[in-house]
Amino acid sequence: MGKKTIIPFGPQHPVLPEPIHLDLVVEDETVVEAIPSIGYIHRGLEKLVEKKDYNQMVYVVERICGICSFGHGWGACLAIEGAMNVEIPERAEYLRTILHELGRIHSHLLWLGLMADGFGFESLFNHCWRVRETVLDLFEKNTGGRVVFSICKVGGMRQDISDENLKEMVEVLNGIKKEIKSLTDVFINDTSVKNRMVGVGVLTKEEAEELCAVGPTVRGSGVAQDLRLTDTHGVYGKLGFEPIVEEAGDCMARTKVRIREVFQSIELIEKAVSMIPEGPVAVNVKGNVEDGAEYMVRLEQPRGEAFYYARGAGSKFLKRMRVRTPTNMNIPALVKTLQGCDLADVPILVLTIDPCISCTER
Amino acid sequence: MESVHVEQVFEPVELSRIFSRVADLKAEGYRLGQICGVVLDDDNYEIIYSFDKGHKLLNLKLDIPTDAEVESITRIYWPAFIYENEIHDLFGVKFNHSELDYGGTFFKVSETTPWKPKK
Repeated sequence: MGKKTIIPFGPQHPVLPEPIHLDLVVEDETVVEAIPSIGYIHRGLEKLVEKKDYNQMVYVVERICGICSFGHGWGACLAIEGAMNVEIPERAEYLRTILHELGRIHSHLLWLGLMADGFGFESLFNHCWRVRETVLDLFEKNTGGRVVFSICKVGGMRQDISDENLKEMVEVLNGIKKEIKSLTDVFINDTSVKNRMVGVGVLTKEEAEELCAVGPTVRGSGVAQDLRLTDTHGVYGKLGFEPIVEEAGDCMARTKVRIREVFQSIELIEKAVSMIPEGPVAVNVKGNVEDGAEYMVRLEQPRGEAFYYARGAGSKFLKRMRVRTPTNMNIPALVKTLQGCDLADVPILVLTIDPCISCTER
Repeated sequence: MESVHVEQVFEPVELSRIFSRVADLKAEGYRLGQICGVVLDDDNYEIIYSFDKGHKLLNLKLDIPTDAEVESITRIYWPAFIYENEIHDLFGVKFNHSELDYGGTFFKVSETTPWKPKK
């Protein structure tokens, strides 16, 4: 047994686009303990409820993250609509589902690129992000934005997406399916990639449940936990949704979950487009959220379960808008998987929970 | 008005019972979802603990004075350290017997306890 040494990891590190710090206690090359620190970029966005009315708060919440921004905007709308007991038109539910799944494809392709970059496969990184550009183009064409969309509003959608554009979206997605398949085959079959991920950072089913992990992190450990199974948001129940689960619990399993979810999201979009009804996309919402009216709702973001809580104050301002993002809940699982790993595997393990520190700190 | 949205379950719990109630939920197979603080007025907070079992959500509501001390649930749900340290740093609530207490350094905020009402 070697001498214990503490190696600081982050908050600035090549694999970290955002700051998180880990104190890694190592013996020789093995990590025996990891102590996380966050809090470097807390922006106090929830505190803006004191200055922004409930409609403006949707814009604020959407800006928590540049990757899952549509989902955040949707979550904020769901919480406020729940507190106000507003029912939105069915077409709006379909459009929200379609754009949320498009966001999942975008997020997972971005993550696959970052993962490739993390283990030094630069050409794979570039190809993943090149394909992702096509998805961003679809967002831009249909919402006007590539990062923040502002198309979701309390009461429905700010604008409709024409049936022609929806059909074109499906054609474009089906067009890039083959390319995504050839890229993701590299992740699954390439020897050098497998050497970095298979059997590395195993999180057992029991550990994942004990540590309350969410999203692809928990589904990669054999737990069929996916909020899209519930009726809290969207039209997933009508689309015949089944969660993607992998059993191995290692880095490769978490990667495979995300890869399979990309193809699943394309299928869900195709189904939703084939079923979307005609009709309005918003209802007129008047008045304020009543004093004490509250609503807690969850939504399955690309990284996992996210909470949104709205509480009224009887004015145009809310008393509270709370957002709990998936990375919050995956940090304990990360700490667990780091225990016993090789020091060289730490960057890969950090990446496999798909950390979003902007989300986590808000 | 009848709600058109999913069922909301908010269960009040007393300060003296929060630890035992959470322990009961753990024994029943609930998963911790989140913990958050709400400022009720100048003197009182509400802490909301959310739990999931089979995709059903249960929320415990704990109303406390702003200077109250709360028993940490990290011995039951270790991941709760994320939320307890956040609430400590933003609201100033002290959690006793925490398994992982950052001592006020979890969030690096320019103003201490920014959510705590200024009297």
